[in-house]
Amino acid sequence: MTIDRLLEGLKARDPRAIGRAISLVENGDENADLILSSLDEDLVSGATILGITGPPGAGKSTLTNGIISRLRQNSERIGIIAIDPSSPISGGAILGDRIRMMQHATDRDVVVRSMATRGRLGGLCATAGAAVRIMASCGCSTIIIETVGVGQSEMDIIRLADITLLVLAPGLGDDIQAMKAGLLEVADILVVNKADCKGADILAMDLEAVARKGSSTPTQVSMTVATEGKGITELLDRIARLDSEHRDSGERNKRRRGAHDQEVLEWCLEILRPKLLAEITRRNLPLAGDPRLKAKKILEEQ
Amino acid sequence: MTEKTKKNRVLVGKPGLDGHDRGAKFIAQALRDAGFEVVYTGIRRSPEEIAAAAIQEDVDAVGLSSLSGAHMRLFPAVVEALGKAGAPDIPVLGGGVIPDEDIAALKKAGIVAIFTPGTPVDKIISAFQDACAKK
Repeated sequence: MTIDRLLEGLKARDPRAIGRAISLVENGDENADLILSSLDEDLVSGATILGITGPPGAGKSTLTNGIISRLRQNSERIGIIAIDPSSPISGGAILGDRIRMMQHATDRDVVVRSMATRGRLGGLCATAGAAVRIMASCGCSTIIIETVGVGQSEMDIIRLADITLLVLAPGLGDDIQAMKAGLLEVADILVVNKADCKGADILAMDLEAVARKGSSTPTQVSMTVATEGKGITELLDRIARLDSEHRDSGERNKRRRGAHDQEVLEWCLEILRPKLLAEITRRNLPLAGDPRLKAKKILEEQ
Repeated sequence: MTEKTKKNRVLVGKPGLDGHDRGAKFIAQALRDAGFEVVYTGIRRSPEEIAAAAIQEDVDAVGLSSLSGAHMRLFPAVVEALGKAGAPDIPVLGGGVIPDEDIAALKKAGIVAIFTPGTPVDKIISAFQDACAKK
């Protein structure tokens, strides 16, 4: 596909063009700049970005599927970025989140993209951010980023979201798991999925107790049974209320600003990385001497 | 410019009503271990669903598995669905319980490679690598 046809395709919201465009940006292709500068900024700033995180098996993808079904009733166009880990050994990945959403596979207004972490330090946040904007510019009014909530790069991605859900399920560990640093702090809304299973009420109570600590507003827990679509309407109402509060209070802009600056920083680092590596190799520095001092010297001389 | 980080991306899935996914999962894992990003779409998919997913995911190749005898109908149907959806260039590979006499007909219908039981996994991986490189 030529770049002109791809840009035309993006304007026409053609699924092939959207898929290609995300790949080109993800792969650092030279046409990425053309694609990213062609996007509709109004659509990008208007879209709602929803982060869904939680441990494997909590039901993130199934919940995402339920949210898609519900939003499609209002004929909204939806984008989903489903992130799974790359193997640090082979660099390969199994991207399996899509299985739970296959009922929407032939719906042209549900744009799903699976993304592997590719072991990048922070670069994933930058490429996921680009994918979000491509989808938004192609008419997706809600974009869901789904990722396992462990590890720094996954946490960074969640910062792209306007609203973040933490999905937990009974039987995956006690409240101490939830108290561990990171998970609860990033969440705006706590969801106990598989609420029809034993232990769901206790988990919800424990979460409420844990989440209350150190926060002035008590975190209410939403209960869902994603496989049956139960609790999803109520959850979406909560998300909409919170989103509108955040828009009024300036919280949404504050988060967008933070995410924006972070993304720009990451692109700077992504662009600098190969140049710096080439420079370091070219200098063929002696092994003796402190790496930090050498790094400073190289940067000063750039 | 940023570093180029092109990865081979493939889709592995099972069209039709056959629910035996041991083979498909084995191939998906073998490809992962060979450095591929594998979008796994699971069992009981229609050719149209597989084609739509392949396009959204912008994969370089599609791998199909069938153990139920429906390959003569379903493998060409996926090739056709990809063509109709505007992606005739995405190569389709297939494997499973496939009688030797069907192989020529399947290749004629546009499936670029067919693997029968007992095929060494390295051969399958290198066929996927070739398919991805050609695309």
